[in-house]
Amino acid sequence: MFRLALRMLYGDRSKYLMLMSGIVFATILMAQGGSLFCGIMSWMASTLHNVRAPIWVSDPMVQQVGDNRPMRDTDVSRVRSVEGVSWAVPLYQSVIQVKLGNGKAQAVTLMGIDNTSLIGAPQTMLEGDIEDLRKPNSVIIDIYGVQLLGRELGRPIRVGDRFEMNDREAVVVGICKVQRGFMGGPYMYTSYDRAVLYAPSQRKMLSFVLAGVQEGADAATVSARISAESGLRAYTEDEFFWSTIAWYMRNTPIPINIGLIVLIGFIVGTAVSGQAFYAFVLENTRNLGALKAMGLGTWRLAAMLVIQSLTVGMTGYGIGMGVVSLMGRALIRSGRVPFLLLWQVGAIVGCAVLIICTISALLGISRIARLEPAIVFRS
Amino acid sequence: MNDTISTSKAAALQLSGLCKSFGSGLSYTKVLHKAHFEARLGELLMLVGPSGCGKTTLLSILAGTLHADEGEVNVLGQALHAMSEKERTAFRAKYLGFIFQQFNLIPTITVAENVSVPLLIQGHSVRKALRKAVQTLERVGLGKRVNERPMKLSGGEQQRVAIARALVHEPTLVLCDEPTSALDSENGVAVMKLLREAANEPGRTVIVVTHDPRIYHFADRMAEMEDGRVFRVLEGAQDIAAHHPAF
Ligand SMILES: Nc1ncnc2c1ncn2[C@@H]1O[C@H](COP(=O)(O)OP(=O)(O)O)[C@@H](O)[C@H]1O
Ligand SMILES: [Mg+2]
Repeated sequence: MFRLALRMLYGDRSKYLMLMSGIVFATILMAQGGSLFCGIMSWMASTLHNVRAPIWVSDPMVQQVGDNRPMRDTDVSRVRSVEGVSWAVPLYQSVIQVKLGNGKAQAVTLMGIDNTSLIGAPQTMLEGDIEDLRKPNSVIIDIYGVQLLGRELGRPIRVGDRFEMNDREAVVVGICKVQRGFMGGPYMYTSYDRAVLYAPSQRKMLSFVLAGVQEGADAATVSARISAESGLRAYTEDEFFWSTIAWYMRNTPIPINIGLIVLIGFIVGTAVSGQAFYAFVLENTRNLGALKAMGLGTWRLAAMLVIQSLTVGMTGYGIGMGVVSLMGRALIRSGRVPFLLLWQVGAIVGCAVLIICTISALLGISRIARLEPAIVFRS
Repeated sequence: MNDTISTSKAAALQLSGLCKSFGSGLSYTKVLHKAHFEARLGELLMLVGPSGCGKTTLLSILAGTLHADEGEVNVLGQALHAMSEKERTAFRAKYLGFIFQQFNLIPTITVAENVSVPLLIQGHSVRKALRKAVQTLERVGLGKRVNERPMKLSGGEQQRVAIARALVHEPTLVLCDEPTSALDSENGVAVMKLLREAANEPGRTVIVVTHDPRIYHFADRMAEMEDGRVFRVLEGAQDIAAHHPAF
């Protein structure tokens, strides 16, 4: 009977395409929305992705990695003295203006990393060497900055180019590849001591203290101990990531906006597929009634409808996810739009499609259950 | 459900004291009042009467697709009125074949697939069902059209497909509701010849509901209905011809 169900479904090409387009549309909208959301969230926490440290220590008011509430330089040694901490280094982060040779300016996220250890340096260098940061006035810029600043300048940025920040000269000694941030422009790396000079001077300058844990010690325990002993706020890397995500969820309209996209996808998908499936059942009422008269029980008819709707659902889901991952690949390559297709997004969208199919099938089944087999004798 | 089927001449089916009404209040219509009806094994019985007299209703009740308000429905020794929905469904799948006025072939599958449906319902394999379907189609003269869609066929051919579908699982009882009313007389006669042949097989009963006098001469017996009851049964061709002189 399942073969018959599929033959009935495929036989009506236009209805089949109509049914499937609803699922494809819903899948694309939901998966695209979900991936955009995950992409934005991961861009929000880019600094955490680019600068890896087991423990992040900040001012007690800081809840997310983009926040900047400076601490005293002496806080580094206070953290270092806590039991279980193996090392602690300063990190400077803030958005500042870079003045280009032609007088134009562009905002970048300036990262000042520890002078001696260079902890927090980018993982992937495209040009130059991270050790070049020990040269005077040196900065390393990310590939996005190369494009963005290059657009302002009218030609691509090269190693050896010079800028001005806070009336001080900076020389590009390397180009790195890091994950882009959602706000704050490209990343520019320099040493902590120089970063403090490139930035507008303030009474306190230290953004974060990065800390490592001694072998055998547990990051969560050590982090809690730092918080307790120093009066600062220490997070493990993981805690800080989720705290950052939670902060943006609470404080920006992004979840609502994207939630709406996903919801629209779900509703439109349900409406289109549900109604197309119901129409399919209505159109086949006489035939389904004939099957019922010929001795096919309601349960087996219902199973046929379930098979039909699941087939449509799985095919549509497959096509939709295929389209989304192709679009995603293009988006990632362009590097301009955040996009992160997690398997969890795929799974959630899959469940939503299953729900759509179930609703559609139930609509059809409710029709069949009410179907009097005697109708087939009526002309 | 009792699996032993009575083969005595008198007991193919017996309906007695059937009452059926539809609707309530202003729309209340009493369709059957205390109708009695019986058919024997091995005969082609026609149920005739003016439009709206309740023929289709009676047929639906003896097919077990419609409940009577009152009365007994004994088909092939089984008390249909006492069966559960599930039992009736299984009973229909096994013992009944249907031919509808509107053919009711599934348009999106081939002719052979349509004919194989009753076997699939009974749980036969697709291969076996299709092979049997093709054989049956050959018997009704459509051996060359098995892989076409029903819509490609003429009305007469479609009804022959429906006959093949009604016979493919060798049912004991074949129920036909106005099988010729959508056909011209030539095709109608061809269809009736096939049904006549089917009725000639021992142990099979064919019931044809009709108000088409052109085919009356195919009947072994004729039950005449009016106002919700069978008022007369004519036995044999002579008796039928005497009361319906046109044919
Ligand atoms: N489901 C129904 N609801 C209401 N009235 C019905 C229904 N089925 C049949 N009828 C009425 O019952 C009467 C007999 O119908 P039917 O058995 O189809 O007659 P026939 O087949 O002899 O033309 C008609 O008046 C018809 O309107
Ligand atoms: Mg009728």
